Amino acid sequence: MDHGPRALVITAAGINCDLELMHAFAAAGARPEAVHLEALVREPARIDRFRLIGLPGGFSFGDDVAAGRIMGALMRRSVYPALVAAIERGVPIICPCNGFQIAVQAGLLPGPDAGAAWPDAAAVPTVALAQNAGGSFRDAWTRVEIPANTRCVWTQGLELDDATGLLPSAHGEGRLVAGDALLDRLEVDGQVAVRYHDADHFNGSMRRIAGICDPSGLVFGLMPHPERFTRWTQHPRWTRLSPHQRRAEPLGLRMFRNAVERTLVAT
Amino acid sequence: MPAVHRVEVRPKPGHRDTRGEAASRAAAAAGLPVPERIEHASVYLLEGDLTAAQLRRVADELLADPVTQAALVQPAPSAGGVPVAERLPRLDAVVEVHPLPGVTDPAAESVELAVHSLFGLEVRVRTGDRYDLAGLAPAAAATLGARVLANPVIHGIHAEPWHPERFPAGTPREVRVVEVPLRTLSDAELERLSRDAHLFLSLDEMRAIQAEYRRLGREPREIELETLAQTWSEHCVHKTLKSTVRYREANLAPGQRALAGDALAGRAGHEPAADGSVTVRNLLKRTVAAATHELIDPARPDRIDWCLSVFVDNSGVIAFDDVHAVCFKCETHNRPSAIEPYGGAATGIGGCIRDIMGTGLGAKPIAATDIFCVAPLDTPDVPAGCLPPRRILTQVVAGVRDYGNRMGIPTVNGAVWFDPRYVGNPLVFCGVVGVMPRTMVKGQVHAGDRIVAIGGRTGRDGIHGATFSSAEVEHGHASEFSHAVQIGNAITEKKALDAMLAARDRAGGPLYRAATDCGAGGFSSAVGEMAKDTGATVHLDRAPVKYAGLTPTEVWISEAQERMVLAVPPANIAELRAVCEAHGSELCELGEFGSADGTIKLLWNGTEVGSLDTHFLHEGVPMPTREAVWDAAWSAAQVPPAGDGRGVGPRLVDTCRALLAHPNLASKAWIIRQYDHEVQGGSVVKPLVGVGDGGPSDGAVIHPVPGSPRALAIANGLATGWSSDAHAMTLAAIDECVRNLVCTGADPARIAILDNFCWPSCDDPRNMGALVRAAEACYEGAIAYRAPFISGKDSLKNQFRTQDGRTIMIPPTLLVSGFGIVEHADRACTMDLKAPGNVLFLVGTTGTRMGGSHRAMLGSATHHDLRLPEVDPARGAAAARAVAACIADGLVRAAHDPSEGGLLPAVAEMCFAGGLGASIDLSRVPAAADVADECRAFAEDPHRYLLEVEPAHVGAVERTLADAGLAHASIGHVTEGALLEVVGARTARESIAVAELQAAWNAPTGG
Repeated sequence: MDHGPRALVITAAGINCDLELMHAFAAAGARPEAVHLEALVREPARIDRFRLIGLPGGFSFGDDVAAGRIMGALMRRSVYPALVAAIERGVPIICPCNGFQIAVQAGLLPGPDAGAAWPDAAAVPTVALAQNAGGSFRDAWTRVEIPANTRCVWTQGLELDDATGLLPSAHGEGRLVAGDALLDRLEVDGQVAVRYHDADHFNGSMRRIAGICDPSGLVFGLMPHPERFTRWTQHPRWTRLSPHQRRAEPLGLRMFRNAVERTLVAT
Repeated sequence: MPAVHRVEVRPKPGHRDTRGEAASRAAAAAGLPVPERIEHASVYLLEGDLTAAQLRRVADELLADPVTQAALVQPAPSAGGVPVAERLPRLDAVVEVHPLPGVTDPAAESVELAVHSLFGLEVRVRTGDRYDLAGLAPAAAATLGARVLANPVIHGIHAEPWHPERFPAGTPREVRVVEVPLRTLSDAELERLSRDAHLFLSLDEMRAIQAEYRRLGREPREIELETLAQTWSEHCVHKTLKSTVRYREANLAPGQRALAGDALAGRAGHEPAADGSVTVRNLLKRTVAAATHELIDPARPDRIDWCLSVFVDNSGVIAFDDVHAVCFKCETHNRPSAIEPYGGAATGIGGCIRDIMGTGLGAKPIAATDIFCVAPLDTPDVPAGCLPPRRILTQVVAGVRDYGNRMGIPTVNGAVWFDPRYVGNPLVFCGVVGVMPRTMVKGQVHAGDRIVAIGGRTGRDGIHGATFSSAEVEHGHASEFSHAVQIGNAITEKKALDAMLAARDRAGGPLYRAATDCGAGGFSSAVGEMAKDTGATVHLDRAPVKYAGLTPTEVWISEAQERMVLAVPPANIAELRAVCEAHGSELCELGEFGSADGTIKLLWNGTEVGSLDTHFLHEGVPMPTREAVWDAAWSAAQVPPAGDGRGVGPRLVDTCRALLAHPNLASKAWIIRQYDHEVQGGSVVKPLVGVGDGGPSDGAVIHPVPGSPRALAIANGLATGWSSDAHAMTLAAIDECVRNLVCTGADPARIAILDNFCWPSCDDPRNMGALVRAAEACYEGAIAYRAPFISGKDSLKNQFRTQDGRTIMIPPTLLVSGFGIVEHADRACTMDLKAPGNVLFLVGTTGTRMGGSHRAMLGSATHHDLRLPEVDPARGAAAARAVAACIADGLVRAAHDPSEGGLLPAVAEMCFAGGLGASIDLSRVPAAADVADECRAFAEDPHRYLLEVEPAHVGAVERTLADAGLAHASIGHVTEGALLEVVGARTARESIAVAELQAAWNAPTGG
């Protein structure tokens, strides 16, 4: 695609899911480009050139201290204003796994109260992604649900069935923790973007929340990896699926299409 | 003098303490008294000039999570803090764990970097973990600390919070050139020198060195002697496998393959003698490598043309498509893992990843494999000097997890084998697969190229690792060689990888001309190898070091992790430096390749401290003739006695259930789930497949090149149950590896394999005899399957001397790793049953021989024929081709290899993976009439396959199998029900719930 919207994929030491994120953007019709965080810190204005942004998974800075902590802290002090400007410009941002952990630490999620403006300085984190209830890293596909009232642009209008409404997860620190008042507000305001199915709720997140968005619905953070489900052969049981079941696009790809199509409409 | 400040981070009240809970679980698993409660806190010690306010900000903004955690800040007493002694533990006991000085502390490095970036402050950091224990006396707490919470080899364990006034620091030493006089030593004195200086060189080798220095007319300097010892170590030069060996046989049983005498006459390099022996010159070259060179011989019309680099580089390389190559290497890290399993396994995979990065101009690692051999987890009375097997297995898994996951390399395939003889010598195999452009497969050093090191800094880590890994382990070794143990830092390696790939893929072409990794022997091996043809000048004082005080010898032989060496044209240095800076990877110019006389000159601040003749270094090692006597009766007697028959019978389905619970067969989900086996997004067939991801896949399939329909299958074969004859064992392992690959969809005409020999000491001619048999079988197997070996490694001193003088030898162990091309990822195959009514085919014949089978291991099987089954590689290859053709034509819904446990357990696995039942008639199994039902159900005969075929395709499958001349039969069908039903000629109909079989398979085996 020579004409698709440009997508920025931010890399850094220890980021390691940049390739699959690039492929997911490309499969959905965008033109991805990986840029190292150091380059963006030196020149935050580079962010202005992009219509989509992805903060990939991985182990940024080894996830030392806590997952996403160091990279989030670096971003709060450097590229945060440029990212807020992008959000205000309508740029969808996806933050899977370590990206979600980083976004939470960087003050990008859950974002300001609905209707309020983004603060000039990054807010103190109000959501934590703590160590899994089981105490260890876990790689598994889980069934997910999309709340009907979500305002997340990435998960709008997705219909799921039992055999294909799945996403892969692979993390050690994905247990979402926040105060009850905040969680109530996120639910009411449609900022819960995706939940784990009751039977597949392995990390112990409060209210089974797998992903949230900011009030604009543009910034989407989630522990699962939609970028790893853009081809049917990535599905854990694809050899059992009928051609009929495989006719629609995989769930992860549909999320990326949602965002890419939105940038095209916005043109 | 900067002060040391202390910060503790612990969960806020009301929040879960998952680390404390995990510590309690680990205590219970270790069989130790479990405290009523364990509370965990992360400890950070920061040395630097910080005000109390700055420290508070570091704690709150960097170290503690504002939602779930609170930070307790303890400034240094000199900065107004309360002395640590006045902060008494709140619970009954405290265990606080900190890495010992000099041990890599990756989290500390990250915090130093973050404090600098965020606050502009320079601090030195050490991390630790504090455990407060309720309901446990201090003595019991100390035991828990040493056995569960820490490893004294790498950790300092404190009974109260540790708050030192300052960090220990290295002191610079005066550097002087040390000469080691040996020209006049007697043989006895040479041997003593070898032992006392930890050189582990034989007398012959010491004599060769003596002769060389007599010729040079001077004494060797310490650094030269150390370099020779590293380079000549078994670990580096495969002295045993390359030696000349005289092989004889004794006590051969009927049916066992004779190799001595004239059996191999006519094979190049094999010389039969009148006394019935055969002499093989350079065993490796005449067996494993000979097969490959025959298969790829350009003079042969049917030659294999897709091998791009075999045996010469850090990994073996084959063509993937017209543009891309894939490479594979498998390493062992046995000794370090025996002493410090977490660090040993992590640096094992880290080192193998660097082998892939150091292949040609650098490949990108895309998949990893891990195979572990340990003693049964319930082993009582572990000998002094050995860690408990459960701890070893749990920690090696954690090490592979933390390094592989951080590197972003999916660990996609593995196995665990249990045998009591691994108690002192656990085996840890780490394999890594990479992908690279075909134009990057070969590098070439030019004289004048700069010697550039990138990645981690050099410390005293791992000194003597190579020589240590070439020595037998004794009970006292753990402390003597603790400095040979290391902790890895995956992010340092990831940064080096990112920088290398950016430098490789730069628009104008690669910025360097050759690359290799620093593995065993460190710079001495890496530079020594690269400078083989050019010589070099190396300024050792220029290497960035972790701390002051390293001697030139230590810099030269340190095995510090995460370092790569590149040969860089001088004009490219500036650009390469910029690339490395952009990726946060340190670069250092160590000197240059090329010297007037072809030697390697070692300098320290301009003064020559050593000079090495590259020819003597690489070719000077004497290769003695070794004696090998394969004593069949002795080999058979080494096999551990069978079990007590628990769980066996009375019905076949009961035995099937017991076999599924055997730890070799039982689910490894607890391991697999800890690995991100899907990172990079390329997975096609995952390690667990089917309904609820409930079935064990035969192998993994990945997409190395996104967007290409072509895929790559990865699998392994390990037949340690057959160790009573290493020849049969080797053929069985190759056959199993091929079957696993074929079952997932690989084309058997495009399979390449690797050998990893782990052997007990070959100073014992009987073990050497087994090694010869294995090597000869490698030749036969590779030729028959047309599966070339492309890389290999050996570890040949795996035995443990106990305090009371017993020697525990591991079983001869050969791991065969393989990868093969899957032409269309859409045709990849999984082992889970797909639909009721489908027909189950068994390909291949079953006999009466139960030797080496898991059924025999269970015990209570006195009536069985305990000989090993015969392997016929030609028949195995024919079966592989025919089955692969059926799969490629889309005629097969599921395929599974019944090698471990035999037919019934394999059918059971297919059932629960498919959420379906099956009905099996053993009387239809292709077998002679006198083969008992129990053999039909549980024999582990080679080259057999189980296939699920839709009724419409039965005719086509039968034709393909019949045309290939293969015995085969429809032995039953898939059922809707939840039962596995079995009937046989002498077995009345039996049935068992599939759920019951699955529960047995899922019974916990570790973790």
